[in-house]
Amino acid sequence: MSEQPTIEFRVALREAMDEEMARDERVVLIGEDVAVAGGVFAVTPGLHEKHGERVIDTPISELAIAAGAFGAAVTGLRPIYEIMFADFLPLAMDSLINQAAKYWYVSNEQGSVPLVVRSAMGAGGNFGAMHSQSPIPWLQGVPGLKVVAPATAGDAKALLKAAIRDDNPVAFLEHKRLYSVKDPLPSTETLPLGEAAVVRAGGDVTLVSISKGVRDCLRAADELSERGVEAEVVDLRSLRPLDTATVLASVARTNRVVAIEEGPTVGGWAANLLGIVAAEGLHDLDDAWTIACPETPIPYSPTLEEEHVPSEGRIAAEVSARLGVAAEIATGA
Amino acid sequence: MPTPTTGESQPIPSAEEAGDLYRRMRLIRVFEDTVQSLFQKGHVHGTTHLYSGQEASAVGVCSMLEERDRVAGTYRGHGHALALGVPAQGLMDELMGRATGVCGGRAGSMNVVDLEHHLIGCFGIVGGSIGAATGAALSEKLLGTGAVAVAFFGDGTSNQAYFHECLNWAQVETLPVVFVCENNLYMEFTPIENVTAGAIAARPIAMGMHTQTVDGNDVWKVREAAAEAIAHARSGAGPAFLETLTYRFVGHSRSDPGRYRKPGELDEWRKRDPLLLGRASLEERFGIPPERLDDIDAEVSAEIDEIVAKALAAPFPDPARSGGEFK
Repeated sequence: MSEQPTIEFRVALREAMDEEMARDERVVLIGEDVAVAGGVFAVTPGLHEKHGERVIDTPISELAIAAGAFGAAVTGLRPIYEIMFADFLPLAMDSLINQAAKYWYVSNEQGSVPLVVRSAMGAGGNFGAMHSQSPIPWLQGVPGLKVVAPATAGDAKALLKAAIRDDNPVAFLEHKRLYSVKDPLPSTETLPLGEAAVVRAGGDVTLVSISKGVRDCLRAADELSERGVEAEVVDLRSLRPLDTATVLASVARTNRVVAIEEGPTVGGWAANLLGIVAAEGLHDLDDAWTIACPETPIPYSPTLEEEHVPSEGRIAAEVSARLGVAAEIATGA
Repeated sequence: MPTPTTGESQPIPSAEEAGDLYRRMRLIRVFEDTVQSLFQKGHVHGTTHLYSGQEASAVGVCSMLEERDRVAGTYRGHGHALALGVPAQGLMDELMGRATGVCGGRAGSMNVVDLEHHLIGCFGIVGGSIGAATGAALSEKLLGTGAVAVAFFGDGTSNQAYFHECLNWAQVETLPVVFVCENNLYMEFTPIENVTAGAIAARPIAMGMHTQTVDGNDVWKVREAAAEAIAHARSGAGPAFLETLTYRFVGHSRSDPGRYRKPGELDEWRKRDPLLLGRASLEERFGIPPERLDDIDAEVSAEIDEIVAKALAAPFPDPARSGGEFK
């Protein structure tokens, strides 16, 4: 098993961009410190040296970056732009939401907008309230914008390549805590956007998440298995398009669903997903709930932040308690 | 309608070309007057921002562009579109929400796109045109097309992030973009000087950008300045900034009676109506008799009458195909 070749998440992203830039000269990369410095998360070293003026350092001007990418995308380029922290996305939002996401539809399909915005999201690094958020609730409600967030390095490469080849805007969200993980290489060149994956089979409960949350769920599922609960884990991979069919099929098998979100419950994707599951699959449903964050900004102090975001321990404990195996938790813990 | 003239034309053109420029300005004026009236009758929906009074700016600039160049306009964009050669019928149909509109009725007044006629878009958010044109110029530079991109925007945009961020980036990246600031003295209802520190043109000058300010109601002066700005951008020397001083004869939007205007101001500007100036110069410089100009006026009015009749008879979009999955 240890012989299986692996790749680091950040290298997977770099390879995806490198290969797509080699494959299609219209692909360009723009962002703050992405060229000479190689990116603050060391995702892009070497790309400027290899692809020259197609990898561009920009001023700290998120709106100009987003709008420049939009204008370039509707006139012949296929830009990837990096917004260093997802918390900075609000600065880019007018172009992303009002220009890029609407253009193909409003222009009556005259012009598409082949751009990808990559951004680092998520808590767990003690970066504080303005460098730790998940932007998913801000983005998911925008028709015309695809929202993708990989959980593994292999998926990261295949999904980013698919995003770059997609003819309309894709927000590609990279959890900061995943940049250094290593996973098996992808088995396919690309993965279709908008297709969820059942990454662990189990008959007792469905755990649904995305990005880092999927890895938390898999570890929680291992803990639960030791207590006799078999969890099925669904990796949504993208939140728009949203693959509700895969979730509903899983719920039909398990009759229970938990959506695990790194973000507040109110206005979040998890509660929205449960609404869809209830509307379309109530007959299969015995129980449904979310495991999410408190309704506060993300705190700085390590002890506070650790409690704030869902963890594998909390997922295992809540599922055990809800399924009536609380006694085992106490002894297991 | 004639197609936009090519960059081979000189700022002072032939008599025939001069007549066409006047015709295009007249078309915009009659189009906008008609939109106002159709709005009041309930045929044009939502809101409208009319270009009346500013015709020389768009017509002057667009008449100096080449076929390969591209333009981003604003929510006050009917004039930009018509100056580029977007068919008046398609535009009128769009404003009336018809399936035959240039965007099939999906866009409406503020968001028109017509890629065939080099209009990459009109943008409903103040400053959006600047961002779109900056990005288009990035394409032109990296793809080596030799084309320029033009952004039209108003004076109020000089206080938006788009303005400061994109002008700076375009200058450091030496992008082939022309920023055309149509200064009509009011940001919506507020005098621009009440909310703006210093002169607008001082801002691009501070960035080291090629900058001109010109009488925006004189189509010949606009053409002369536009020729210089476009040549600068096309040469690879970086962006150019062109401020056209003008005035809108109507309110900011359909609900604005313009009570904030200074007493007598509108009357003074009416004396410098770009159409009046155009007529006078056509007579003086090109010897075109007033009767011929009257004929042009009558032809344009008849053309618009016909367009309105056709638009009123055009079908509305079928809701059954209004949505669908995004590609």
